[in-house]
Amino acid sequence: MLKINGVYKTFNRGTINEKRALNGVDLTLNEGDFVTIIGGNGAGKSTLLNSICGVFPVDSGSIVIDDIDVTKLPEHKRAKYLGRVFQDPMMGTAADMWIEENMSLAYRRGQGRGLKWAITSKERKLYKEMLSQLGLGLEDRLSSKVGLLSGGQRQALTLLMAVMRKPKLLLLDEHTAALDPKTAETVLNLSDKFINEDNLTTLMITHNMKDAISHGNRLIMMHEGRVIYNVSGEQKKDLTVDDLLKKFADLSGEEFANDRALLN
Amino acid sequence: MLDFFGSIPGAVAQGMIWGIMAVGVYITFKIMDIADLTVDGSFATGGATLVVCVAAGMNTVLAMVIAFIVGCLAGLVTGVFHTKFGIPAILAGILTQLALYSINLRIMTQRANVPLSVDKYDLIISLRNIPNALIVTGLFVVVIIAVMYWFFGTELGHSLRATGCNQSMARANGINTDTNKIIGLVLSNGLVSLSGALLSQYQGFADINMGRGAIVIGLAAVIIGEVLLGKIFKNFALKLLSAVVGGIIYYIVITIVLQMGLNANDLKLLTAVVVAVFLGIPYWRRKVAERRTTVPKEVS
Repeated sequence: MLKINGVYKTFNRGTINEKRALNGVDLTLNEGDFVTIIGGNGAGKSTLLNSICGVFPVDSGSIVIDDIDVTKLPEHKRAKYLGRVFQDPMMGTAADMWIEENMSLAYRRGQGRGLKWAITSKERKLYKEMLSQLGLGLEDRLSSKVGLLSGGQRQALTLLMAVMRKPKLLLLDEHTAALDPKTAETVLNLSDKFINEDNLTTLMITHNMKDAISHGNRLIMMHEGRVIYNVSGEQKKDLTVDDLLKKFADLSGEEFANDRALLN
Repeated sequence: MLDFFGSIPGAVAQGMIWGIMAVGVYITFKIMDIADLTVDGSFATGGATLVVCVAAGMNTVLAMVIAFIVGCLAGLVTGVFHTKFGIPAILAGILTQLALYSINLRIMTQRANVPLSVDKYDLIISLRNIPNALIVTGLFVVVIIAVMYWFFGTELGHSLRATGCNQSMARANGINTDTNKIIGLVLSNGLVSLSGALLSQYQGFADINMGRGAIVIGLAAVIIGEVLLGKIFKNFALKLLSAVVGGIIYYIVITIVLQMGLNANDLKLLTAVVVAVFLGIPYWRRKVAERRTTVPKEVS
């Protein structure tokens, strides 16, 4: 489903701020894989997701989604294969537009956008049904501005918008990090539900090692722009947080340093 | 006093013409979140194109269509500067505006001012017949707002709004934000040019300087409309209408201060100050609100 081959990315090359963010990443995902990604500060987790999305071009290597080489495609053209939820709840929705308008934008991801009226009454019914799955009462607020919603509600809506077109690949970039613990749990449970229902191939970055172990069928650990640990199946299920910390120390020769993970 | 009331209908007509320009400014400034300075040039381009075309014997309506298209091209140039050359939007607009000064002079065959007599040509509006000008301009306002309401309700229109609101979100949903910015600039400058074409007929001439400060007048109209009607007008069509109403109020106020003895040369100064103050108000409000909610630091 996803094949990442030898991807390198250096930011600010040739300046004092030069930063090698991806240092030869190889990663293959099979259909239906749900992979959690952990790693310290600056390990390249977000850079990896952003290079899959095409936020910036990579220096070398290739990214293939479902046999389509997307390495050179601009961001908006890759979007039809992808569903994305950002860390910042403000980033995934248009604040000045209504809930139903945001949904209709996501519903047309990968389709042409012409001079047809943007929302049909049939769609409105569909959106209502979808929103009711969130259990947040948003189905009665179709014409509320998204800017009026709470961070958790916006993130749940972004998640729904990311999965409504059944993407080939769902990318979750610490999408619960900015939420309070209870809301974070709600959004994470919803993510699980959508991923299981549609058997979505998923990459999820998290700072919470417990979440990384308890969700998904695979786990990868990143360090200095490389995948240093890749585990799946029973072996992953049996992991503990201590195991992971030890593994990290063994493989990288450093203590695990992630500001957020330490606070948990 | 009689003088004053006598001059109101003319002020309303001019305000409506500038209101159409303000609808163009609304598209870039409010919807696309771009401060587009092309309009100072494209407004005069509209006037110049119309006057020259009509004087050459072209049908007036056709001349207005051409003025609209030429304005669209000006917006296209700014859009390409911005998205393909990577030039910041404000600077891209300034560059096009500067270039248009030469182009406008060429359109008017190197004359700074070209008259167009309503006696000789079949113009659709003129200040000689203000009731007619009010009706015709009013019709233009209604049709333009209706078309814009429709356009921004379509799939494409929605994607333009998303581009102006949140580019990350737009791109994540497969929207080409560069193309959309260009479309917004094209549409906006087309309307601005059309407004210039109407004004040149109304006043009976085109002038190389007729667009100087147009962006500020357009912003004034948008902001006045928003401040006065923003609380009641929630519908998109009504928001566009409030920009036109803002233009009308602006011209009525201008007429009043001129009759009170203000030097006409000081008008631009007055307009700039008024716009600066109104743009500052939301910022100051936020500052005050922040100060109220900040808890004083504890002294340890």
